[in-house]
Amino acid sequence: MTPLLELVNVEARYGPVKALHGVSLTVDEGQIVTVLGANGAGKTTTLRAISHTVSRSGEIRFDGRSLGRRLPESVAKVGIAHVPDGRGTFAELTVLENLRLGAYTRRGPLKDDLDRVHSYFPWIEERRDQQAGLLSGGEQQMLALARAFMQRPRLLLLDEPSLGLAPIVVSHVFQIVAELNEHEGMTVLVVEQNANIALQVADQAYVLEVGRVALSGASADLRENESVRKSYLGY
Amino acid sequence: MALAQIIRRLDLERNEKAATTAHLRLPASWPVVFLLLAFCVFLGIGSLRSGQFAQQTVSGLATGSTFGLLALALVLIYRATEVVNLAQGQMAMFSAYIAWQLIHWGLPWWPAAILTLLISFVGGVGIERLIIRPVEGHSLVTVVIVTIGLFLVLDGAATWIWSGIVRYVPSGFSTRPVRFGGVALSIQDLCTLGVSIGVVLVLWLFFQYTKVGLAMRAAALRPAAARLVGVRVGWMLALGWGLAAVLGAIAGLMIVPVAGLQPSTFQPLLMYAFAAAVLGGLESPAGAVVGGLALGAMLNLIGTYWSFVGSILRLPVALAVLLAVLLIRPAGLFGRGTVRKV
Repeated sequence: MTPLLELVNVEARYGPVKALHGVSLTVDEGQIVTVLGANGAGKTTTLRAISHTVSRSGEIRFDGRSLGRRLPESVAKVGIAHVPDGRGTFAELTVLENLRLGAYTRRGPLKDDLDRVHSYFPWIEERRDQQAGLLSGGEQQMLALARAFMQRPRLLLLDEPSLGLAPIVVSHVFQIVAELNEHEGMTVLVVEQNANIALQVADQAYVLEVGRVALSGASADLRENESVRKSYLGY
Repeated sequence: MALAQIIRRLDLERNEKAATTAHLRLPASWPVVFLLLAFCVFLGIGSLRSGQFAQQTVSGLATGSTFGLLALALVLIYRATEVVNLAQGQMAMFSAYIAWQLIHWGLPWWPAAILTLLISFVGGVGIERLIIRPVEGHSLVTVVIVTIGLFLVLDGAATWIWSGIVRYVPSGFSTRPVRFGGVALSIQDLCTLGVSIGVVLVLWLFFQYTKVGLAMRAAALRPAAARLVGVRVGWMLALGWGLAAVLGAIAGLMIVPVAGLQPSTFQPLLMYAFAAAVLGGLESPAGAVVGGLALGAMLNLIGTYWSFVGSILRLPVALAVLLAVLLIRPAGLFGRGTVRKV
């Protein structure tokens, strides 16, 4: 079976500074895959390389086909939803408008999908006319997930969903990610600093160090790995 | 999980408070609302007491509504790219010339007007693609200077093609007066006012309820995030220029029958539009329209009742308003002011 997403020797740079030095990874359909690493390891850049919001080279294949020189706006169209760092919330717009924008690449009525969104996030329905910038951090992260859901993507790219959230909210967010994966068949590539929780929900994991893949394997194996435990899990 | 529920409950309560305050929030602060209401009462009472005052108020509001449309065009482009389009007036002038040419070739007024709007839209989109696009991402000064260049090119081209003599463009509306009680109002003024308000309403509905309108707002507010959900930001900006050109053309078609058409006709008009936009707050579409109406009514009344202002000193008065607003309330009547988190 061809993997849903395949990165082969991907390099990326910000001006003269190289951030990725040849990253290769694969994500199979239906999986949750996590990319771990310290600050500056290239986690965010890996996602940006996929959505082409950073200049990149190397081969990226989605569903067997090369993403080539596609612009970010057409990457969304092939079925990849990228929730960037900072969550990409349209803070000045209402909650509902954020959701409508999530569905921008799709046609047809949104009623069914909005109902589905409300079943995952019941609070959204009563607060749909509120300005998104007024939501709490946790709610904005949920809204970002809901917005991505509205796009009906085959692959969801999540950039550090735990950032700035209380531990209990983090586990709620990851619980929903797991549900979306299980019930909606959404494949997820999630980048995290919080290795502990990421390894709990993920099937596969990659560890990045200064722009290279240092380690990879099944999450369960990585959790047992001595150096991962010391460096990222803290025990 | 019980704790999680409590936390979410707390979150909810906090946000409900935010929601109620958001509900009460007006697009402007209380003193501004009070000021505008006072101005309306002043216009209302004046109009009831004096026929001439009523006439001048309505014709001032009509002129003001065209300032408002031009100001709205400025605001549209400013919100999307933070560029003040100094060529906006000349774009409207060019549109008016196109209308004149079409009518001159024998087209009836309405088909000529609609064709003009279409051509203007395409022209606006083309200008963004061909002239503004290449300097996108450069400093604001660069882009503003490009718009000055555009101003000169359009000005020169119009003079070259149509020569500098004053052309007469007929009005689409009857110039007959109608009588309300003892007051004679011109149908043209009333129609101008009506068309402007209609255009603003349609534009508002477009931005609020259509997918493209929403995408245009998203592209202006958060281009990077908009790209990630699949919005083609570049085209949205071009569309914004197209709409601005159409607004200018509509304003032009309504102004020109009164003001006469010459390449220089729109230079003072752009100044009025600037004053209106700044009065309303450059960020605010509603502000631009209200600013235009207020400025139009005010200038007309001042011109009528202060004989030394007459029709010659109106522009300086408008500029004085501009200066006063910038000194007292730089964000304009409807502006929020800029708060930058560091």
